Amino acid sequence: MSALHEINQNVRNIKPLVSSVLTRRASQIKEELRQGAKKPYKDVIDICWDDSHRAGVKPLSFVRQVLATCIYPQLMKSDRLPVDVKQRAQTLLRGCNGGSVGSYADTDTAEMINSISAFIKRRDGGASAGDIYVTPGSLWSLTTFLTALVNRGSLRTGVLTPVPGHCTTISVLTGMGAVAAPYHLSEEHGWELNVEELRRALESAQRTCNPVALYIINPGSPSGHVQSRASIQEVIRFVSENKLFLLANEVYQDCVYGEKRGFVSYKRVLGEMGPPFADTVELASFHSVSKGLTGESGLRCGYVELVNLDPAVKRCMATVFSLNNCAPTMGQIALDLMLNPPQPGDPSYPLYEMETQNIWNMLVHNVKRAFEVINGLPNFCCQAVEGGTFTFPRLHLPPKAIQRAKDMGLEPDTFYCIRLLEEAGLMAGPGCENGQKDGTYHIRFSIMTTEETMEEALRRLSRFHTQFTKDFA
Amino acid sequence: MNPTVKKVEYAVRGPIVTRAMELEKELSEGVKKPFSEVIKANIGDAHAMGQQPITFFRQVLALCSYPQLLNDSTFPEDAKSRARRFLQSCGGNSIGAYSNSQGIEYVRQNVARYIKQRDGGVPCDPDDIYLTTGASDGIVTILKLLVCGEGATRTGVMISIPQYPLYSAALAELDAVQINYYLNEEKCWSLDIGELQRALDEARSHCNPRALCIINPGNPTGQVQSRRCIEDVIRFAAKERLFLMADEVYQDNVYADGCQFHSFKKVLFEMGPEYSNTVELASFHSTSKCYMGECGFRGGYLEVVNMDGEVKDQLTKLESVRLCSPVPGQALMDLVVNPPQPGEPSYDNFIKERTATLSALAEKAKLTERMLNTVEGIRCNPVQGAMYSFPRITIPEKAVKEAVDNGHKPDMFYCMTLLEETGICLVPGSGFGQKDGTYHFRMTILPPADKLKVLLSKLKEFHQKFTKQYA
Repeated sequence: MSALHEINQNVRNIKPLVSSVLTRRASQIKEELRQGAKKPYKDVIDICWDDSHRAGVKPLSFVRQVLATCIYPQLMKSDRLPVDVKQRAQTLLRGCNGGSVGSYADTDTAEMINSISAFIKRRDGGASAGDIYVTPGSLWSLTTFLTALVNRGSLRTGVLTPVPGHCTTISVLTGMGAVAAPYHLSEEHGWELNVEELRRALESAQRTCNPVALYIINPGSPSGHVQSRASIQEVIRFVSENKLFLLANEVYQDCVYGEKRGFVSYKRVLGEMGPPFADTVELASFHSVSKGLTGESGLRCGYVELVNLDPAVKRCMATVFSLNNCAPTMGQIALDLMLNPPQPGDPSYPLYEMETQNIWNMLVHNVKRAFEVINGLPNFCCQAVEGGTFTFPRLHLPPKAIQRAKDMGLEPDTFYCIRLLEEAGLMAGPGCENGQKDGTYHIRFSIMTTEETMEEALRRLSRFHTQFTKDFA
Repeated sequence: MNPTVKKVEYAVRGPIVTRAMELEKELSEGVKKPFSEVIKANIGDAHAMGQQPITFFRQVLALCSYPQLLNDSTFPEDAKSRARRFLQSCGGNSIGAYSNSQGIEYVRQNVARYIKQRDGGVPCDPDDIYLTTGASDGIVTILKLLVCGEGATRTGVMISIPQYPLYSAALAELDAVQINYYLNEEKCWSLDIGELQRALDEARSHCNPRALCIINPGNPTGQVQSRRCIEDVIRFAAKERLFLMADEVYQDNVYADGCQFHSFKKVLFEMGPEYSNTVELASFHSTSKCYMGECGFRGGYLEVVNMDGEVKDQLTKLESVRLCSPVPGQALMDLVVNPPQPGEPSYDNFIKERTATLSALAEKAKLTERMLNTVEGIRCNPVQGAMYSFPRITIPEKAVKEAVDNGHKPDMFYCMTLLEETGICLVPGSGFGQKDGTYHFRMTILPPADKLKVLLSKLKEFHQKFTKQYA
């Protein structure tokens, strides 16, 4: 039998997710409730992750109608489905080998690539798209891209990663023997990105690894910050000066709420900056069907757009992106529908418009409520959420609570979240999982949930927080 | 750049396929060619070649995608109740929610039940099941877990030659050591323990052999290993302390008389506790092959047997990093392991469709072997199972020389010429590995019977012409 010491060290080095403790306990609590246990709550509200369907948000009808028709083409005869649904399904099936969604979906079919290119062109005011690969999701895209860059050598490959950021990014890097070199977002300024901090982070990283890339999440997650054009330009100049790959995770581009600014893609800004930047900065942009108004995380599909890659690197990328790739057909269909939704005049347009508008209004409402409620509580504050689907409020924990946590061998915000789950039946993620400045504590929760769920969650959070503050005064 | 990536090749989708697609485009643009269509017999994609999906599966999946259809009277009741039950196991009752990273528990329970029944009652714990994105995902994950060490202690993995190129590509990418063991062409591509021993002993000098991969039924060779052979392999793995990786995705594709699929797990347990308590095994299955052919859904599972608890935790952790496998694939796997039962409304049609697909494949397997063996210079072993034929071809010396002079492998040259002259797309044997000095190609038996006949007769003509041309 293989023993632990015979397992890949990089895999062993991956830190288990802190919230897996919470997930396990939440399952147990749900079971206890099912068995009739008496608790101050009748159900567990899970807003730890931004999984919109799990949180009660409904899938978009048009997307699901087309998917069902593609899966079971007999539905073309049904008089219950709108004409444009059937037409779309027909077109999509023509693009499938053998006319079936069961065949391997060649991820480099002209139709799919053209569809994505057209979307990018429309979004970015006319500039043509770079090299596009359809993938089983943005995490896969990132992992695969890094596979081509990461070298096994005495000096480990490093990637500058945002704090706070996604815990999965760190796991991916650790798992491939690379280093995540953190750069801190500026909480006091709404979690904005500071180029001086990027410089500091790079210099620090260069002492212990070979930094090759800068990973950005815009709109930010869990930070909720949306970068200004000027900020994006600064970042582009920075990577150009320091010859770093720029990896832009833009999966939340549909979710921008602030009145200050809209979403502008890194690709667009890069193009508009003209030479030398436009021709030389190596950029990979990631998008996916998992987030935003589409929210089809379970279908696993996204794309990556690569720009200005050196020909040798391009060839490498072509290899890694085709090996083991096969974005599921249903995911690819959802991607195509997300990028090419019904247009005014199409039979499905009114319903699509209404459903997306409802989700949009819900998000705007939740963002406002979360901001109001949290900032109204003592020892609790949060920055405005300009985009994305999380809020990352700061906890000012009483020293007694911090001590109690340490005595139990827990991070203070993990301790807070465990108590929140036990006493209020509310599951949020501890800030330590996403990264934060030493000595600061946060929680993370999703605002991508129904308004009723958000109200109830905020009510429970308020009550719990007030009590917690009292208990550890 | 990562130097190991440069070593990675993936034959099945390589330059031949690119050229085939170019030719298709040219044909559609009206360019004149010596053929009217490109026949792609290179990839194991059944639906692409016209195999029909199982109606019941598609009905349940459609209902899961758009639950409003549960009110539609054209769907049978059993499909509806399956869809309802599955949706209950999904977050927010939607297939669009992330699932638990190990896979939906309800599905894993059904997979465990299927395995137990298939294996004559050998117990199966749902916690030992991981739902994966096709079998490939599971295979690569296990390899990732096992690869460690440096230099002479770097992990070595035994793979059969000829092999499915996913393995060699994955090993190259992980920078693991590939240990080749040759299947015996003269004995119907069977596995030879003496050959396993030779390969292993030689490998020990430059790496640390940890795992042994077997594909049964075989790809590209189509052999179905005998029970005796499986026992021998298990004994070998036990003796040499190797982790067995059994790729069993073609387990329903068995055609030859006298051949039967025996799962590694079943045989392991029937060999008694000396083996069943110690030999580490990972078995892989998928929704892409057999009678389903649903490659596009990316459904699969892996089952681990006798894995150390701490090691299993590492596996679980590694799977959690990639979030989850596609939920529609999990739904489909659920249906595959739990198909319609006698008495249920959809049962008769299900059996009819499954039987039709499998018997068509059996017919085509026999047809392929028969026709190819009428060609002088082509020798084809019986296609006992899976979806491919891997015949040996004799390439005249002159042709070998011309190929080599132009920097091509001789069988690649043969296949490229075949493609240009007949529109038939096959994969050269060099992509799968073969004994030095021998040449093969892999073709699938998937094209519809009438097209397959055309393919085989054109192939015969071509081979005769080619042989004469380079005499």
